[in-house]
Amino acid sequence: MKMKNLILSASALSMMFALTSCSPKAEGNGTANAKNPLDMVTSGNAEVLEVTGAPHVPAPVGDRGPKKWIVNLETTEIIEEIEPGVKFTYWTFNNTVPGSFIRVRVGDEVELRLKNSANSVLPHNIDLHAVTGPGGGAEATTAAPGQEAVVSFKALNPGLYVYHCAAPPVPMHIGNGMYGLILVEPEGGLPKVDREYYIMQGDFYTKASETTAGLLEFDNDNAVAEQPDYVLFNGKKGALLGKNMIEAKVGETVRMYVGNGGPNLTSSFHVIGEIFDNVYLEGGSTVTHNVQTTMIPAGGAAIVEFKVDYPGEYVLVDHSLSRAFNKGAIGKLKVTGEANPIIHSKVK
Amino acid sequence: MKTQAFYIAFSLFAVLFTSCEQQNAVKKQRHDVQNSDLQKTISTTKMAYISGGEYMPFYGAIDSNEVYVAPFLMDERQVTNAEFLKFVTDNPQWRKSNVSRIHADTNYLKDWVSDLELPKNAKSDAPVTNISWFAAKAYAKSVGKRMPTLDEWEFVAMADTDTVNARDKKTYSSSIISLYMQKDRQYNSVKQSKPNAWNVYNMFDLVWEWTDDFNSILTVGDSRTGTNEDKNLFCAAGGSSATDVNNYAAYMRFAMRTSVKARYCISNLGFRCAKDTIIE
Repeated sequence: MKMKNLILSASALSMMFALTSCSPKAEGNGTANAKNPLDMVTSGNAEVLEVTGAPHVPAPVGDRGPKKWIVNLETTEIIEEIEPGVKFTYWTFNNTVPGSFIRVRVGDEVELRLKNSANSVLPHNIDLHAVTGPGGGAEATTAAPGQEAVVSFKALNPGLYVYHCAAPPVPMHIGNGMYGLILVEPEGGLPKVDREYYIMQGDFYTKASETTAGLLEFDNDNAVAEQPDYVLFNGKKGALLGKNMIEAKVGETVRMYVGNGGPNLTSSFHVIGEIFDNVYLEGGSTVTHNVQTTMIPAGGAAIVEFKVDYPGEYVLVDHSLSRAFNKGAIGKLKVTGEANPIIHSKVK
Repeated sequence: MKTQAFYIAFSLFAVLFTSCEQQNAVKKQRHDVQNSDLQKTISTTKMAYISGGEYMPFYGAIDSNEVYVAPFLMDERQVTNAEFLKFVTDNPQWRKSNVSRIHADTNYLKDWVSDLELPKNAKSDAPVTNISWFAAKAYAKSVGKRMPTLDEWEFVAMADTDTVNARDKKTYSSSIISLYMQKDRQYNSVKQSKPNAWNVYNMFDLVWEWTDDFNSILTVGDSRTGTNEDKNLFCAAGGSSATDVNNYAAYMRFAMRTSVKARYCISNLGFRCAKDTIIE
C-alpha cells in the first residue's frame, strides 16, 4: 500500500515534471507559445554579453527568455607565432584566431559594436551568417582605423554560424584569421552535455616578409591557387596539442562546435578512435547519428557530440590527411579514467 | 476661428522658417571662416609633371571604358608635419582647438601636444596624418594647389620604379601588399625610398592618401554584393566589377576610401597636392 502510494506519487511527479519541461518557457515571452522568433519579446535592459576565445565557449543559454545584448568586438592586426619561432601577421576579432565565440538564443536582440583598433592599417567589418540583412551586417559595420560601427540584429534562426570580415579583398581578410563562430541556441537551449569546446579550421597562405626577417605574411598567389602552407585548428600549430590539449573524463559527453573559416578548403573533420553519436549537419537543425567524418564547408560549421568511453588521446584531424600530417590540421582530446577492456583491449 | 488657426499656423511656420535661415547663415558663416579667409603660402614642394593618358580604372568605369587623365602636376611627396604646422600657425581656424566638428572629428591632429606643437617624437618631415578631407582641401587651397582626383592618383599609382604602367608585372601588386601589411609606417620621413617612374615618392609605403573625390566610388563596405545601379562595385570579391581581380593592393585602397567620411581623421591617412598644367 505504502509502496503503491509512493510509486503513484512518483509517477505523478514525473508526469508533472515532464509537462512543465514540455510547456513553453514563458519567461519574457509576450505570447504563450511564440513560434515566430519575430514575436519573441525581449525582457530587461541590454547587458554586455560574455564572449570567449577558443577552445572555450560561454555558458549555455539554458531556459532563459529572449534578452537584449551588447557584443563588443575589436578588429586588430597583430604579429604572433604561427608555430614556434615563426611569426605571422594575423588580423583578428578580439586578438584571437578564431575570434570570440558569441552565444545567444533565438529571439535575442544583439547590438554588435565593432571597433577597429586605432593602429590598424586597414578598414574591417563583420558579416555574421546568423544575421538576416544586407551583407549579414557587413554593410552596416565597415569601420576605418580608429572608428566604431554598430549594427543591431535579432537572432531568427537557431544554429551554429560562421562570422567573418567581409572587407575587400575578402579572401585576404579571412586568410589572415578574421573569422569566428556565433551559436544561436533554440528556445530552451541545446541538451546538456558535460564538456563543450570551440574549434575552428582555417587555411593560411604565406610568404616571407620582404622587410621583416622571420615574419610570414599573406601570399596572394598561393591563395588564388588554393595551395596553403598551413591548415590549422584555432589559428596556430599546436593550438590543441601538448599542454593545450582539450580534456574529458571517461563517461562524459563532449560537444564540439567546429567551424571552418576557410577561405578556401572544405574540412573532412574526424576524431581518430571516436564515432560521433550526433552531428548537427552543417550547424543546422538536422541531427544524424553514428558519423565517422563530417564535411564542414568553408564558411560553414557543424556541431558534433560523442560520449567518451575509453581513456587515451584522441586525435582531431582534417581527414584530407596531408593537411594533418604536413600542414598542421591536428589536435588532441585527452580522455582520462578507467579502461573497460570489453570496449577496447590489445590482445597480443 | 478659422482665421485664428491660420494665423497661428502661419506665425509658427514663419518662426520655424526664420530659425532655419538663421541656422543656415551661421553654418555658412562658419564654413566661410574656415575656408575662405585662408592665409596663402607658397609651397616649395617639388611637383612632378604627369603627362596623362588613357587608363582603365580598377573600379568605377561604368561602361568599362578607359578614362582619359589630362596632364597635370603632382607633389612628389605628401604634405609633412612641418608644413601643416605652418598652415595652422597661419590659419588659426584650423588649429586643433578651433576646428569645427563639422570639418574634422575628435581625432583631428590628435597626437599633437598643443595647437602649435607636433606630437612628441614626431619627425617634422613625416607625412601629416589625423587630418580630415576638409583640412586637406583647405591646405591645398592655401598653397594655390588642389587635391588630386582619384583617377589622377590611381594613374600615377600604376607606376613602379621602372615603368609608368607596371600593372601587368607579377610583383607589382604583391610588393605593394607587403608594404600595406606593415603598421606604423606613417611615422617615417618622406623621400627615403625610391621614386616611381614619374619621379613621385611614397605612393604606397607611408600612408593612405585623401583624393578630392575619394567618395565618388560609392562602394558599400561589404565587398561582395552589388550591381552597378547600386554602385556597390565589389561583387564576389570584385569578380564582376574590378578590372584586375588579382590586384589586391587596389582592393585595399578602395576598401579604405569606402570606409571614410570627409570629417574623419585617421592615424595613417595623409595627403599630397596636385595642380593643373597647360598641355605643352
